[in-house]
Amino acid sequence: MELQLQFFLLLAAALFCIGIYGLITSRNAVRVLMSVELLLNAVNLNLMGFSNFLDPDQIKGQVFAVFVITVAAAEAAVGLAIILAIYRNRNTVDMEQFNLLKW
Amino acid sequence: MNLAVDLQLICFVVLGVAMIAAALGVVLLDRIVYSAFLLGGVFLSISGLYILLNADFVAAAQILVYVGAVNVLILFAIMLVNKQEDFTPLGNRWLRQGATAVVCGGLFILLATMVLATPWALDTTVVIENTVVQIGRHFFSDYLLPFELASVLLLMAMVGAIILARRDFVPEGIDPLTRQEALTLPERPRELAGTPSDPR
Repeated sequence: MELQLQFFLLLAAALFCIGIYGLITSRNAVRVLMSVELLLNAVNLNLMGFSNFLDPDQIKGQVFAVFVITVAAAEAAVGLAIILAIYRNRNTVDMEQFNLLKW
Repeated sequence: MNLAVDLQLICFVVLGVAMIAAALGVVLLDRIVYSAFLLGGVFLSISGLYILLNADFVAAAQILVYVGAVNVLILFAIMLVNKQEDFTPLGNRWLRQGATAVVCGGLFILLATMVLATPWALDTTVVIENTVVQIGRHFFSDYLLPFELASVLLLMAMVGAIILARRDFVPEGIDPLTRQEALTLPERPRELAGTPSDPR
């Protein structure tokens, strides 16, 4: 049995759902960022699967994946800086206590 | 790059199981340091899957950027906020997690049904050998503007991260007595901003 597109799409869907679960349920702010990285990687896996199976001569999906990797790196840097700043401000990383915007 | 078909399938199964297990570990484990290292495992497995998808350049970029930069950055962040705190338990925790799990499972079932039901327009032309040349051609012809914008975005992210993460320095009035000491900075670290008054 050869590798199919559906295998990669199912794997990416599973990774995406795990990432969403972690994004919602985790209370440590750093773990929330890790879950966002999981989500971006799931999308990247989708893009690479489509690029290989539907568009093998113009590999535009790989170009998009490189852009997604770039944006993910920028997002990780800024997100961790924000976490450090809010940790200095509130002295905790608990997501439930970041209620500065709650009236 | 054509491995034998069975070997491809075995590699896919091993990498997929490793990736899902490591991702579950990232989400479910209690110690956040274990989660960070397992996140590196997820990135490495995904890089292997990219190699199975004939994408050598993106696999190398994945290892360089994610394992080399993002994972190390997350480890730095964990060590900078290394506060051993036990989160105050919330009410209805199991209800929240159960509802989230049900929603995520439903989403996965929905996506799986869509994936299996859609007739994909598979293109079975020959796979190009040299992906780096093709990606570079895309970058410098039809994706030139996003490429340059990505560089500007990285610059902005770098400046923003530095500004957000550094400690604020309050310049003090320069004392004429200390002006002769040319090697001391006329700044001192400010006290930490207010601690939470009412930890709820």
